[in-house]
Amino acid sequence: MAEVLVYVDHVDGAVRKPTLELLTLARRIGEPVALALGNGAAETAAVLAEHGAVKVLTADAPEFADYLVVPKVDALQAAYTAVSPAAVLVPSSAEGKEIAARLAVRIKSGIITDAVDLEAGDEGPVATQAAFAASYSTKSRITTGTPVITVKPNSAAVEAAPAAGTVEALSVSFSEQATGTKVVARTPREATGRPELTEAAIVVSGGRGVNGAENFHIIEALADSLGAAVGASRAAVDAGWYPHSNQVGQTGKSVSPQLYIASGISGAIQHRAGMQTSKTIVAINKDAEAPIFDLVDYGVVGDLFDVVPALTEEVKTRKG
Amino acid sequence: MSLRIVVTVKYVPDATGDRHFADDLTVDRDDVDGLLSELDEYAVEQALQIADEADDAEITVLTVGPEDAKDALRKALSMGADKAVHVEDDDLHGSDIIGTSLVLAKAIEKAGYDLVISGMASTDGTAGVIPALLAERLGVPQVTLLSEVKVEDGVVTGRRDGDSASEQLEASLPAVVSVTDQSGEARYPSFKGIMAAKKKPVESWDLSDLDLEADQVGLEGAFTTVDSATERPARTAGTIVKDEGEGGKQLAEFLAGQKFI
Ligand SMILES: Cc1cc2nc3c(=O)[nH]c(=O)nc-3n(C[C@H](O)[C@H](O)[C@H](O)COP(=O)(O)OP(=O)(O)OC[C@H]3O[C@@H](n4cnc5c(N)ncnc54)[C@H](O)[C@@H]3O)c2cc1C
Ligand SMILES: Cc1cc2nc3c(=O)[nH]c(=O)nc-3n(C[C@H](O)[C@H](O)[C@H](O)COP(=O)(O)OP(=O)(O)OC[C@H]3O[C@@H](n4cnc5c(N)ncnc54)[C@H](O)[C@@H]3O)c2cc1C
Repeated sequence: MAEVLVYVDHVDGAVRKPTLELLTLARRIGEPVALALGNGAAETAAVLAEHGAVKVLTADAPEFADYLVVPKVDALQAAYTAVSPAAVLVPSSAEGKEIAARLAVRIKSGIITDAVDLEAGDEGPVATQAAFAASYSTKSRITTGTPVITVKPNSAAVEAAPAAGTVEALSVSFSEQATGTKVVARTPREATGRPELTEAAIVVSGGRGVNGAENFHIIEALADSLGAAVGASRAAVDAGWYPHSNQVGQTGKSVSPQLYIASGISGAIQHRAGMQTSKTIVAINKDAEAPIFDLVDYGVVGDLFDVVPALTEEVKTRKG
Repeated sequence: MSLRIVVTVKYVPDATGDRHFADDLTVDRDDVDGLLSELDEYAVEQALQIADEADDAEITVLTVGPEDAKDALRKALSMGADKAVHVEDDDLHGSDIIGTSLVLAKAIEKAGYDLVISGMASTDGTAGVIPALLAERLGVPQVTLLSEVKVEDGVVTGRRDGDSASEQLEASLPAVVSVTDQSGEARYPSFKGIMAAKKKPVESWDLSDLDLEADQVGLEGAFTTVDSATERPARTAGTIVKDEGEGGKQLAEFLAGQKFI
């Protein structure tokens, strides 16, 4: 069976969920071989094996942390050469897309970015993309070279499928470009204790209607009652009420949770671009004409300062 | 010594319009007005600020696109860029990421550069990979997705806010930079700027000017193909209630019914 190279996104050995989704999708087109780089790479093997990786290639070197992107491209290319895979799958993070694209040019292949689904086809893997703020769904293929495809989080339900997961060290020689962009300092993002925004099953977002940083605790309280991640519109972020890392939309994160709750958000096209593929959409807005109501499964026309705390109380009571 | 800055700008269909695919499954450009991709305005803005700080700098704005893409160049010129290059050729129609990055890289080399500045992503294709590909093809450092950027003594520094960390980056020129919408509001063209833009030079290059063949670009040269594009069915109208004191409770009832609580 053909092998499919899967690039692993992990933090110090803790594999992030989108990679497990990739392994699930990879099994539709072949046998996954995973590539894990950097600190803790070898520690990813157990969970990757549980999810279908027949082999786990690992490499660690200071270059991966000290320089931007290119050392990882060099490693992915080394893995590509070693495996000769039928396809290369990479999580659609900002960095993942850059790594994948540079590999594609090097191996003279086409690239598809931000797939939301993947199937085997007669002429190679077929990727589904959501276009124009998810108002269109397209199916595309790569016609030249080995398909390189990046896949968005929440594109598949994670399925366990135990496999060998044999660990092998990959030897990587770095290109001249590898040390071109130095990472001079790195400040890790503070943990909030809440789920990762792009991976969360439920996202609760606040917009301009929240009217101040001091009011965002209302949104956070609802999120915590549901075990949800907190999102924000660009208006709320630009006003300095919430960090940019929580922005949902075209220039923020794109989320695709089971449930998205928008409070005090009008539903501008750029916001919709980041949340329109959510399974169930709920909005609370005092303006009955707000465009967000065109998207919702359930909407409440009302003041969020009344509705959100009442909902939070009710959720807490029901959860007992 | 003069600092040569090339800013890549894309002409895109207005996102607030009703965007469609044409019969050949490329973007329908006739149906919706086009404009300078808003995210490239941030690239022009940073170029202007970097040029202001430099002793001597020249900003060239570059687009690959159909005839109307001149509008995007005019906008960038009216913001303050010095000159423009328009790569236009019928054979470019339907170029994919690989093809577009090839044409842009060739044009940047021909124009001459010390610094390339791009937007973080276009507002139509939204791949966000062209800047990294330009660095790959030009063989220079990529310093991408910056929310803060500075150029001093031939060195570019900037802050990249990633998923798990915020990184401070540094590279020597020549380099390719891309900037996010956090990098600072883009200025509005002044009346003077708009008038001045009309006199600024716009060069037109075709494939032969770039030593490229038709089969390397466009639909013919594409490494990818779109098999189908379907409009998502409109969501079925949801339930909308007016809060008359019970809105929170009713919503909880709905969420419980959907097994979220
Ligand atoms: C290139 C580009 C990229 C962009 N990227 C993004 C992006 O990634 N994400 C994003 O979100 N936006 C993005 N935007 C901005 C976007 O166009 C909108 O400006 C933004 O989404 C508006 O945020 P909002 O809905 O919070 O604010 P508004 O549009 O001002 O809406 C506020 C809403 O709150 C309601 N409201 C007010 N008070 C209350 C109350 N007490 N109770 C209930 N409801 C209340 C109002 O009725 C209104 O509908 C982008 C724009 C551009 C040009
Ligand atoms: C919905 C949709 C999905 C697509 N998916 C794919 C795909 O999966 N694979 C594929 O190969 N092609 C794809 N394409 C085609 C691709 O968008 C075009 O080739 C495009 O010109 C380059 O990619 P981008 O617009 O996504 O650019 P991005 O990488 O998002 O652009 C980043 C920056 O590069 C610069 N730039 C990009 N294009 C130009 C230009 N023409 N002129 C000047 N500067 C420019 C700008 O500074 C821009 O801010 C897709 C197109 C659409 C409309």
